Amino acid sequence: MANAMEIYQFLPKTNCKKCGKSTCMAFAVALLSREVTVEYCTPLKETKFKKNYEKLLEIVAPVEGSTETGLIVHEEKCFGCGNCVVACPVNVANDPQGVGIGRAPTNDKVILQVENGIVRASNIQECRRFGKNRILCNLCIITCPTEAIEFV
Amino acid sequence: MVSCLNKNYYVCTGCALLCDDIEVEVSGDQITTIKTACRKGFSRIRGCIEPMPCIVNGKNVDINTAIKDAAKILKNADKPLIFGLGNSTSEAQKQAIKLAKRIDAFIDDTSSFCQGPTLEAILHGKIRTCTLDDVRNRADVIVYWGADPSNSHPRHLSRYSYFPRGEERQRGWEEDRTAIVIDVRKSHTAKICGDKFFQIPLHTDAFFIDALIDALSGKVPNMLFDYDIKNLLKLANILKKAQFGIIFEGFGIYNIEYMETMARLMGKLNEVSNFHLIPMVEHYNMRGFNQNLFEETGFLNRVKFKKCEKGFDVKYGVDYSIMEVLNTKKIDAALIIGSDPMSYLPRSAAEYLLEIPLVSVGPCENFTSRVAKVTIPSALSGVECGGSAVRMDGVKVRFEPIIKRARLSDEEILKRIIEAI
Ligand code: SF4
Repeated sequence: MANAMEIYQFLPKTNCKKCGKSTCMAFAVALLSREVTVEYCTPLKETKFKKNYEKLLEIVAPVEGSTETGLIVHEEKCFGCGNCVVACPVNVANDPQGVGIGRAPTNDKVILQVENGIVRASNIQECRRFGKNRILCNLCIITCPTEAIEFV
Repeated sequence: MVSCLNKNYYVCTGCALLCDDIEVEVSGDQITTIKTACRKGFSRIRGCIEPMPCIVNGKNVDINTAIKDAAKILKNADKPLIFGLGNSTSEAQKQAIKLAKRIDAFIDDTSSFCQGPTLEAILHGKIRTCTLDDVRNRADVIVYWGADPSNSHPRHLSRYSYFPRGEERQRGWEEDRTAIVIDVRKSHTAKICGDKFFQIPLHTDAFFIDALIDALSGKVPNMLFDYDIKNLLKLANILKKAQFGIIFEGFGIYNIEYMETMARLMGKLNEVSNFHLIPMVEHYNMRGFNQNLFEETGFLNRVKFKKCEKGFDVKYGVDYSIMEVLNTKKIDAALIIGSDPMSYLPRSAAEYLLEIPLVSVGPCENFTSRVAKVTIPSALSGVECGGSAVRMDGVKVRFEPIIKRARLSDEEILKRIIEAI
């Protein structure tokens, strides 16, 4: 997945503010965090930016297929080991007597849980990478033995 | 089945962790959703892709005929072998031992070429052990030696050994626990352990242990192979400071010579800190077989029964192991239960199975059943039949079936074979 700098390369770089952001770089960051879509940048619709527009759609496609926090589970890589389920601090806080001690979830407030051998995300609004006070938590990524979880 | 907070939990028999918190949704006689089990457990519970047929001499028959013919083969044999049973309930294993006594059979399981020596040392009280619940509640230094639980027992780290909170480990794995991998390659588990991965060359575990014992004793370690001593001292330091240490011993380090060295290491570790050992048993009830046979005979595998005036005589030793009886062509028939020696034994040994009448009992078709004279389909234990099993740490776990299907359990099949003899 691209980073904000790469996205920026394909924007008009005029800082015209038509998208509601103060600079094209700010728009690139907002695009990456799924706050806006490519369509917000109206100048991109002009013919001279046609190629850039198409390229941008291609670059951000994986972001669109992810959850609101940008979490993607590569199902083919997941063992269902549940490391992420138990390492996720929100899961532990929301279910201390279930996933907190390594057991099956006892309520439906958890973000990650394993179903049919593969981890599934739900309640994504609880994820620490979501909302106003978001932080770049990566505990589910670093505890995954197979790099099956990615944030885009 | 365990009931908790209005939920019904089942036990997974996918590996010797026997996770007892599995939720399922069932529609008719189909399991539609399996929750909390790992991918390995999911495929076990979902069932066989190719179920075992019921066959005698290549022809489909009914189960009564198959059982009768199996009994005939075993009765007519002079020196039959009973092998497998790691994926059977303890109740079935007891019937198999009873059958072995009845027909003067050799009886053995996969522990005779893997973790038998460790389990023997544990059952004789020579090595300090503990339960997985102790590990979860107390362990602060966790060593996976020659083991890659991420693949062999996927929920090992998340359920017991590293990530969960426990009574004395409330602050979580980042602060409260140190996980170490000692292995010859960077496994999936090693990846999680970051800079606590100690890579050693192939077949150097025994030398590495000796050097580690030196380091733990405050001596200058004598490295017999190229290894950075600073690294070894770093490891020794972590082990020394452990409040509750645990070594999970995997298949990468299992033979008898290592066992003696490992026992010395455990002795030293317990002089300078506090350490336990649990073997990473793979089949869900291999330890159960070893314990059941041990209770009956004082030996945990490689046994030959012979009837005598007192009842029966037990012979034990390498000469009675599956490898030896196949290599020296000592047996004249074999009953294989829930196992596939044709696929994992060396060809030189497995080939002999083609020369003798073979009976294969189990839920799924495999290489061994394809060359067997008689095959008998049995219920998938933990899914279609209940029973009990012994977890890798020695804790007995009881389980109920998830769904009822018509197939007989291994236990019932063995009982009927005994009746027919
Ligand atoms: S770790 Fe083992 S017992 Fe637990 S769910 Fe996976 S296969 Fe089943």
